[in-house]
Amino acid sequence: MSALRESLGFLTSRLRQVGIFVALILIVLLFQVLTNGILLEPQNVTNLVVQNSYILILAIGMVMVIIAGHIDLSVGSIAGFIGAVAGVMMVHWGWAWWLAIPACLLVGALVGAWQGYWIAYVGIPAFIVTLAGMLIFRGLTLITLKNQQITPFPSELRALGGGFLPDISGGTSVLEWLTVILGVGATVALLIQALKERRIRKKFDLENEPMAWFVTKTTFVALLMLIITFLLASYRGTPIVLIVLAVLVIVYTALMNNSVFGRHTYAIGGNLHAAELSGVKTKAVTFRLFVNMGVLAALAGLVFTARLNSAQPAGGTGFELDSIAAAFIGGAAVQGGIGTVAGAMIGGLIMGVLNNGMSILGLGTDYQQLIKGLVLLLAVGFDIFNKNRSGGGGSTIGKRFKFRTSPPATSESHAPAGTKDHAKDRPVPVSAVKPE
Amino acid sequence: MNTPILQMRGITKTFPGVKALQDVTLDVNRGEVHAICGENGAGKSTLMKVLSGVYPHNSFDGDILFENEPCNFSSINDSEKRGIVIIHQELALSPYLSIAENIYLGNEQAKNGWVDWRKTNLEAAKLLARVGLSENPITPVQHISVGKQQLVEIAKALSKEVKLLILDEPTAALNDEDSGHLLDLILHLKGQGITSIIISHKLNEIRKVADAVTIIRDGKTIETLRLHEGQITQERIIRGMVGRDLESLYPDREPKIGEEVLRIEDWSVRHPQDHTRMVVHNASLNVRKGEVVGLAGLMGAGRTELAMSVFGRTYGTAMSGKVYKYGKEINTSTVSQAIGHGIAYATEDRKHYGLNLIEDIQRNISMAALRKLVKGGWVDKNRETVVANGYRKSMNIKAPSVAAITGKLSGGNQQKVVLSKWMFSDPDVLILDEPTRGIDVGAKFEIYTIIARLAAEGKAVIVISSELPELLGICDRIYTLSAGHITGEVPIAEASQETLMHYMTQEKE
Repeated sequence: MSALRESLGFLTSRLRQVGIFVALILIVLLFQVLTNGILLEPQNVTNLVVQNSYILILAIGMVMVIIAGHIDLSVGSIAGFIGAVAGVMMVHWGWAWWLAIPACLLVGALVGAWQGYWIAYVGIPAFIVTLAGMLIFRGLTLITLKNQQITPFPSELRALGGGFLPDISGGTSVLEWLTVILGVGATVALLIQALKERRIRKKFDLENEPMAWFVTKTTFVALLMLIITFLLASYRGTPIVLIVLAVLVIVYTALMNNSVFGRHTYAIGGNLHAAELSGVKTKAVTFRLFVNMGVLAALAGLVFTARLNSAQPAGGTGFELDSIAAAFIGGAAVQGGIGTVAGAMIGGLIMGVLNNGMSILGLGTDYQQLIKGLVLLLAVGFDIFNKNRSGGGGSTIGKRFKFRTSPPATSESHAPAGTKDHAKDRPVPVSAVKPE
Repeated sequence: MNTPILQMRGITKTFPGVKALQDVTLDVNRGEVHAICGENGAGKSTLMKVLSGVYPHNSFDGDILFENEPCNFSSINDSEKRGIVIIHQELALSPYLSIAENIYLGNEQAKNGWVDWRKTNLEAAKLLARVGLSENPITPVQHISVGKQQLVEIAKALSKEVKLLILDEPTAALNDEDSGHLLDLILHLKGQGITSIIISHKLNEIRKVADAVTIIRDGKTIETLRLHEGQITQERIIRGMVGRDLESLYPDREPKIGEEVLRIEDWSVRHPQDHTRMVVHNASLNVRKGEVVGLAGLMGAGRTELAMSVFGRTYGTAMSGKVYKYGKEINTSTVSQAIGHGIAYATEDRKHYGLNLIEDIQRNISMAALRKLVKGGWVDKNRETVVANGYRKSMNIKAPSVAAITGKLSGGNQQKVVLSKWMFSDPDVLILDEPTRGIDVGAKFEIYTIIARLAAEGKAVIVISSELPELLGICDRIYTLSAGHITGEVPIAEASQETLMHYMTQEKE
């Protein structure tokens, strides 16, 4: 009984993280029913991954920028521009893919450095700099392409957009075995890692998640991975871009959680002044974040161009909005300081499943945009509603209880704790009383 | 002439957990300049907020009679309608609007909803003439000096047909010339029958203009001194302001003072916006191993500015001077260099400058020395938790776990997190700016104990504080600052609140 209550308390404390995940599953189930099972057909699952990969890649960089308290409106134009650059390099100049891809990423880094310079060192708000960048790089895209698309691309690049890992069973088996091996391997690795982490925490005498919660969560994630593996393996196997994406997610999650750079990113978004006074080189961190965003936008541009097999003048239009939406649906805070890469991925998938599901149902882009807009609004609205009533990360149920019983005199129970501004609203025991 | 205009009786104002004002009485006669004196935090500003309706009439106990009629203000608007206008310490002008627009902000000279600009500017010009300011009313406020902005505030008050003008530390941000002009204006307005209440720390100013002085200490009225009875003397005011006994609020310690760790020489700093204003003038001070050195000074004396400009130039411009550590000159021009040289600065404003309030305890503690936790390129989060748990125990941080969000902790516990953060950076010199501000008495004792422990471990500690008893209770030596000058260096054996207050109010030519 107490174990159950403990788990429940823990679950409510993680309401936001769990809630968004549950929302994704519910949306998937909803469309699975509405589309009569088409949504989760192996071919469609593969499509879903490939179609959304470039938005997800952008969302990784975007959530980092948002955590630091900035925004980047230029990523769509940068992706389009890099597509154009890749077209010139590979099609016009005939560069090999192993030369052209790093060169494109380098151009992306330079573009990011350009914007990062204005934001971090000159001090122009990111909104302005990247709004300018949106225009500048769209213009450069048109100039580079001379307003015409460039096509076709060599097959090596096309593989990045729509290619699959080689089929080691030679196309004879029902399941694609390399995918099965990779999927099962990854699942086992995840389980081992989770158990190891738990053991270490126990050794250090640190508090752990409740056992019931740990088991449920780990089992659930493992099952999910196996299901996806099965679905992918019964079509054409593992899309190459999925491997790219998986590596990015793992690396960037580690970077944000466990590297000095990642910690400093959260710190400057949470309280810029405090970070500065703690010796964080806030300008350098901001600069690097935008360089990183540039590289990821370049990669997204390459994937997108590869998938279309053409570099187009309007390529990448609107990507910035999808990736920003993904980050916010995934729980990033507008004021900065809060957000996760995993959350942004789930947010991106929610947008992707909505897109895909509604397309299957034959809903036009008119309704798709309407519904996506409402989802974004509701997701963030739910977040704020939730924060207001629970006062941040604590147990919602417990807080609600306290809400009714505590005397109404203190405004503390109403203050949205966990937000930046509440510092001002909160009654301070003495200093507010002695305002001199 | 001795008819009362304002009578405040039995004013008691309570904030959760603290009595800010207890049974305060204030009598102001018509046409006088009435000064209110008291230490930082004595309750002066709270009293003025009660009077002006910032705190509505049902949020405190007691009665206010203005012109013999009871006042039940529920907002500033109500008090302004009766002719009571308060000018706050931080000016409330909009920098991009013109002088005239500011004067009539919220009280626009309008006809049928349209602003009558001719009337606005003409009337504003008349008001400016009354306060002796020869500026064009259409000049944007940001283009005139702070001293003149203060006059615009007064002109704004006059536009509301003020009967009782309240000025909260009006000269805190002004230079001598502007201050003198302002004081003359107050006397001039007195001649026109306007009563003023002036809150000030500066005793020479009070002696110049005040007809009566009411002293407030710890939220209580101590006494009201009247000029015509010959009661207004500097000694008497100081005694009234500080006259409480030192209780045993401080831990015992046996200072073991060693070699000099940090020395600051001829340090000067200019105001970051107004480059002509010197905020710190040629300050020199030093601190030794195991020593707790106090930095005393009134509001605006430049204590925080001195500390922050040394700590990575986080305040001010055009610094000059030298910093030595163990006799060798060091460069502290960025925060990371300062931290690298073993200097830590715990800010007076922990909510805005000290903590990431949306982050948990452990990540706040590790922030200033995150690299100490890096193993093989990655932050070792388990060790981070172990370290944070260590501080939670040794500093007695009251929180369910180190994963608790710092924004939800009490002031005292937040302060302990800030101190933990700096202790983890393993400094040789700790500069603690108002370490007990906003903290209840029990937690204060804990902070003092921590300071004593740090000194015992051989750290050099500089404590900046507005509370003199606190400095007297924990320091070995105290420097006083006044208007950016170091005006005194007092060994603890010779220090008393009176001597310190004397140096703190002294003005250097």
